[in-house]
Amino acid sequence: MGRKLLLEHINVPGIETYDVYRNHGGYKSVEKALKTMSPQEVVEEVQKSALKGRGGAGFPTGMKWSFLAKPEGVPRYLVCNADESEPGTFKDRFLMEKLPHLMVEGMITSSYALGANTSYIYIRGEYMFVLEILEKAIAEAYAKGWLGKNILGSGYDLDLYVAPGGGAYICGEETALLESLEGKRGNPRMKPPFPAIKGLYGCPTVVNNVESLCTVVPIINIGADEYLKIGTEKSSGTKLISACGNLARPGVYEIELGISVEEFIYGDEWCRGIANGKKIKALIPGGSSVPILPAHLITKTATGEDRFMSYESLSDGGFASGSMLGSGGFIVFDEDQCIVRNTWNFARFYAHESCGQCSPCREGTSWMEKVLHRLETGKGNMRDIDLLAEINKKIEGNTICPLGDAAAWPVAAAIRHFREEFEWHVTHPEEAVKRNYGLLKTPSITL
Amino acid sequence: MIKVTIDDIEIEVEEGTTIMNAARMIGGDVVPPAMCYYSSLPGTGGKCRTCLVEIAAGSTKDPRPMPKLMVSCSTTVQDGMIVKNRTSEKVIENRGAVVEFLLINHPLDCPVCDQAGECDLQDLGFSHGKEGSRYEEEKRTFEPIDIGENIKLHMNRCILCYRCVHVANQLTDQRVHGALHRGDHTEISTYIEKAVDNDFSGNMIDVCPVGALTDRSARFKSRVWFLKPMNASCECTKCSGKAVVWMFGKQMYRVTTRQDQYGEVEVKDGKPEWICNECRFDKKDLEQWTIEGPRHISRNSVISQGHYEVSKTNLLK
Repeated sequence: MGRKLLLEHINVPGIETYDVYRNHGGYKSVEKALKTMSPQEVVEEVQKSALKGRGGAGFPTGMKWSFLAKPEGVPRYLVCNADESEPGTFKDRFLMEKLPHLMVEGMITSSYALGANTSYIYIRGEYMFVLEILEKAIAEAYAKGWLGKNILGSGYDLDLYVAPGGGAYICGEETALLESLEGKRGNPRMKPPFPAIKGLYGCPTVVNNVESLCTVVPIINIGADEYLKIGTEKSSGTKLISACGNLARPGVYEIELGISVEEFIYGDEWCRGIANGKKIKALIPGGSSVPILPAHLITKTATGEDRFMSYESLSDGGFASGSMLGSGGFIVFDEDQCIVRNTWNFARFYAHESCGQCSPCREGTSWMEKVLHRLETGKGNMRDIDLLAEINKKIEGNTICPLGDAAAWPVAAAIRHFREEFEWHVTHPEEAVKRNYGLLKTPSITL
Repeated sequence: MIKVTIDDIEIEVEEGTTIMNAARMIGGDVVPPAMCYYSSLPGTGGKCRTCLVEIAAGSTKDPRPMPKLMVSCSTTVQDGMIVKNRTSEKVIENRGAVVEFLLINHPLDCPVCDQAGECDLQDLGFSHGKEGSRYEEEKRTFEPIDIGENIKLHMNRCILCYRCVHVANQLTDQRVHGALHRGDHTEISTYIEKAVDNDFSGNMIDVCPVGALTDRSARFKSRVWFLKPMNASCECTKCSGKAVVWMFGKQMYRVTTRQDQYGEVEVKDGKPEWICNECRFDKKDLEQWTIEGPRHISRNSVISQGHYEVSKTNLLK
């Protein structure tokens, strides 16, 4: 049994209510931080824990905090990025839905560390029911004196608000999120300046993922030294993995970073293998935007070593033979699944979610979607495969925000590892259409 | 003052200058093309990605090259920075790709477009475009909407540079148009087809790099290269009254702002010389203007072909 930090009390009945949560050690990190530590000490503790941002990019949270500008007389903000919209990722929703007080506690401790007196949780528009759960928890926290003026008599004030988005994936990009929070169209901003210098309303702002902020709670509770003992040398701590696809037991799991991929997929404690006794065909380990891995690269790296669930092992071999841990959206495909169809599905998502601000992403994503739709419906030709590879190379790195990269990587990886399947779609158009299981009628969104 | 090298040419500029403006100080081929950046409209830039340049060395302090191509219009120069524009194959290749992206859904209706001859996209397609298109799909189209009696919006031609949105934000009392929808369905539009009618809204036409916004009073009247541009001024209480009038014989076809070689409005004493809608749309009589003399069109365009100065030099030869 691996160690649980976030989901330790997940099965306690009523853990979403204040009293039960408090009785199970809730709000201790706030007490510890506000009574015994200075804000700087909290930041240093998080920095020492080597916690990597759990939203996808894996940028060290403590380092992000240390970049925050602290000019006199200007407010600072902490914004929690709860706009979880990546296909295959649903861990943040699980956390907020089941443990709303952990979210609130993480926000209080982190806001104290950053000296923010107003903090926001920017939540995805489709999660309105979670918003209600959070607002209830916040109201309870206000009533018990964990929020508001002079928390625990320490002289520290904090107001916490939940703001819903309008349902756009792009608003999970931190600068687009800030634009949206300010009430504008959610277009990503040009960087620099980074939010740590000029963020919400032009003030220094830190934007962190839900899981990162929740993880601050156990880090403060057990201390960074203890936290560093969990996980591997380069990937400390635990991580929530939202496993889905053709698994016997999909769901949200908290793993100690560094368990082997094989154990995670086939282990009894975890996903218990592929559903219906099928063979595994491919794996996307970190949400739809990371490269797909073919069967022979899932449990072993290209050099024949075992692959582990950690930041460094999953990206072993770069994009040529590796992938990324990303946000932990673990998608498994069995032998019956069509990679071309899946790639088209992702391309369709990104074409639909591109904000339309910069040309390579606006035009390129929908172009890829159209070409993939043609291939999938048996109307493609060999030239199209090379064309796709060419288009995604021209989108990658040339856009304002990482959505362009996120749209390009899955297509590039699918062609890299499953080129024969694309070619089969061209040479066997009729069979390819039959493989669509009657889903062919789904039109190309851009038509 | 800091030193920066662009395409092997060294120049000293003030701190905080963008690569684009440093390149414009050098001038000539070194200047990257710009479709969305407009120096008189703060906040523009970064969107079209045509001005991408390679940064071979970040600065003297940190001489590492930057892994990605950077947009020259919004990246500020550092001391000792080495920038490659036309000398970089990577830049030429990726800029070509951006032009391809801009053109795949563009209707390419230049023969009937009023902007032809002074269109930035035409120039860009000429310099960086390919002969054929690899785009086999049907082009994206929009339902036409009416934005008032003075300005014609042709959304199919739009490349979404957002310049007109900045004009409305910065020059007019209240912006009534903006971007709707997202992805390749993003559309410049007013909220529920309201007319864009404001004293300075006509300047949207001049900042538009393509034929998406054109002057209804001059629409389909004449190709720009048949007209003679003249510097003219008038007494106007709202604007500077300094404009260019486009003549065919004694007939005035249209009035525009005075534009420099980058297609941007001229700036005098730190003030951009925008013109008001009255000067632009209503004063089409020679008597209302004082003609100052022929207008020199410095940009490389077909408009210069029928120009006085060109013909004079040709005569001397």
